[in-house]
Amino acid sequence: MNEARNPDSVSAQLLKRAAPARADFEDLVIVPVLAVIVALVLGAVIMLATGVSLPIIGRSFVALFVGSVGSLNAISETLTSAAPLTLAGLGIALGFRAGMFNIGAEGQVIMGGLAAVIVGFSFPGLPMVIHLPLALLAGALVGALWAAIAGWLRATTGAHEVITTIMLNLISVKLLDYLLRMPWIQRPGRADPISKSVLPNAELPRLLDWLDPTLRVHAGIVLVVLAVLFVWWLLFRSTIGFEFRASGLNPDAARYAGMRSGLIIVLVMALAGALAGLAGANQVLGVLGRASPNFSGGVGFDAIAVALLGRSHPVGVLLAGLLFGALQAGARQMQVSAGVSLDLIAIIQALIIIFMAAPILMRAVFSFAFQKPAGR
Amino acid sequence: MAVTDTSPSAPAAIGFARRRQTLIIGWLLLALAVFVAFVFALPVTGDASFRLAFPGDAFSMPNLVVPAAPYAWVVAAVLAFFGVRQFLPGASRWSGLLFGIGLLLAVTAFLTWATAGKSFSLTGMLQATIVRAVPIALGGLAGVLSERVAVVNIAIEGMLLAGAFTGAVVGSLLGGTGGLVAAVLVGGAFGLLLAALVVTYRVDQIIAGVAINLLVLGLTSYVSSQVLTHYRELNNAPVFKAVNIPFLSDLPVIGPVLFQHNIFVYGALIMVAIATYYLFHTASGLRARAVGEHPEAADTLGINVYRIRYINVTLAGMAAGFGGAWFTLGSVGRFDENMTNGRGYIGLAAMIFGRWHPVGALMAALVFGFADSLQQKLAILRTPIPAEFLAMAPYIATIVLVAGLIGRARPPAADGKPYVKE
Repeated sequence: MNEARNPDSVSAQLLKRAAPARADFEDLVIVPVLAVIVALVLGAVIMLATGVSLPIIGRSFVALFVGSVGSLNAISETLTSAAPLTLAGLGIALGFRAGMFNIGAEGQVIMGGLAAVIVGFSFPGLPMVIHLPLALLAGALVGALWAAIAGWLRATTGAHEVITTIMLNLISVKLLDYLLRMPWIQRPGRADPISKSVLPNAELPRLLDWLDPTLRVHAGIVLVVLAVLFVWWLLFRSTIGFEFRASGLNPDAARYAGMRSGLIIVLVMALAGALAGLAGANQVLGVLGRASPNFSGGVGFDAIAVALLGRSHPVGVLLAGLLFGALQAGARQMQVSAGVSLDLIAIIQALIIIFMAAPILMRAVFSFAFQKPAGR
Repeated sequence: MAVTDTSPSAPAAIGFARRRQTLIIGWLLLALAVFVAFVFALPVTGDASFRLAFPGDAFSMPNLVVPAAPYAWVVAAVLAFFGVRQFLPGASRWSGLLFGIGLLLAVTAFLTWATAGKSFSLTGMLQATIVRAVPIALGGLAGVLSERVAVVNIAIEGMLLAGAFTGAVVGSLLGGTGGLVAAVLVGGAFGLLLAALVVTYRVDQIIAGVAINLLVLGLTSYVSSQVLTHYRELNNAPVFKAVNIPFLSDLPVIGPVLFQHNIFVYGALIMVAIATYYLFHTASGLRARAVGEHPEAADTLGINVYRIRYINVTLAGMAAGFGGAWFTLGSVGRFDENMTNGRGYIGLAAMIFGRWHPVGALMAALVFGFADSLQQKLAILRTPIPAEFLAMAPYIATIVLVAGLIGRARPPAADGKPYVKE
């Protein structure tokens, strides 16, 4: 009797198969767009609730827009913020595709960034063509190793990666605090934990500083495009990517088909960690030029939202990364010109995660935008 | 680990795993004995004196003076004995207990080593241990209550932070008691939100938890920088004073350690006791555990799985809200951004260590609280051990435990799985 209303029922499945375009359109476009809009509206409600007057709310949304796409500088800021989010988001998306919950991107960003800084300030005199790739590689490698710990434990002992990656995150924060006080890392003459500066030859070069020296967009965006292409190729064109997706969809079937589940788990985590480590390297070599406590700034957690919003598809992740980059760049403008704290963006991002993860909620509230039988 | 061609029968496999575990523990104990002998016993001279009483106490106690090197040698010998015992027949039964005692002894040897030639307030540190264990124990309790009904609770951190924030703001307006009640209610509200997301809207439990953590972090940081920086009177809550339990608080050592605390310590102990009674000695607790182990069977017996999950996760949120209020109403009286600083995750670790049992979580919280207070004291004693490594210890220990290297922590069978009623 209830069969037509149940999304898992046979008739619903058939309906979905008969009209794939509509179902995909709802899943890939309507839900994300609605999630972002509702989160922004709720952000305005929260501003109202904390005593921000209506004109200022209007002004902050204008600032959010102008600060993200309103000028060349704004676009440069958006791209700069989007780069690490997209890279780490790609890593998390890869994990999702293979059925792995990598909560540990934050720790992988920290460890990768730290490794890139260490290589970046060591080896003076190396030419750029060697030093920069070496620093990037160090970031990716250390991120990969850090994540592979969780993958290896999952594969050999069954320890759940959510718990191990959370713990590895916390360990990496303490390890960073400790290492930043080591005499061979700490900047000479400083009492606070801060690393030496990355040498110019290891920095990701700015792309548009010939136009205006304040434009911060750097060669990291090239890295992002390459990473998107690589992950797309890996997931949808390579054998190992097929095995990733197969294990994510049905681990038992994948195992019976002869896929080596342990190897896949370790490999997925290592690749995800490499991408997150690259995100960290991208931050320190392109923007910060050094490592300090909290230099990761929660990129690894925002990247979870990016991966969800992008539906774990490389192109979707890129778009979601750009949107979140725009939100963060716009938020800085909003704080300056409207005096609204940029922590508001953190709320909006969390709300986007919730709405993206709860399509049933979206369908129930906005039933007009969806086909009838899909709801429940 | 080599996989053999002939798969052993289940009991044989369990026996093999247990044997392997015992051997690992044996090697660890031997390594610990060598470590204690060479690091804590060989190079050290002088006595460690531990102050047992505070200057104004009713009973004055003499200092406990321990000769550091001989004590460490004794500990090393006992550890070596325990280690060798693991390789003899019939060791499996006691290996866990002996390992625990061994670790405890090693910690005491470490303390005498660090204190050798100096003096140090043992009572003060134990008191700090209890205080610092409070939010961790309540976070762990929140984890137990919700994971026993098979809802994974990553959101403990966010619930603690929400409790801390509400305690500070409402406490500033209505006084301590009002703030505490509000913190419990807001914690419960976030528990309800988690339940609604995972039960009704079938959001993935881990994503829901992460999202709630980020949401609470964003909300509290936003309000505190947008509002509280301008209205400082909203962030100036009274702090609950210590309540001395009559007679008991005058006892030497035990009095200051256990019976001179504010209501958060007593509250946490009472809540752990109530939760244990509820989960293991009442019919509703039995139903809750049934929902966590086998929801289909529970449903068949007429138990409303959804309602039980809602109730327990909300209760978990309330426990975490109470624990969160400790950060503001129980210690400093003001809220700072992200002031819980990962304590919720340590609570999660305490839950795993406590094997999903409230008392176990409390014990684990005490161990973590001890590590926490040791960190502060190490700076005073000027030991060469960096505080960051002690801070890491609970996390590393958790990884070791979930990996099953030493003992295996088994979660409720249906943990993390959504239940869709047919």
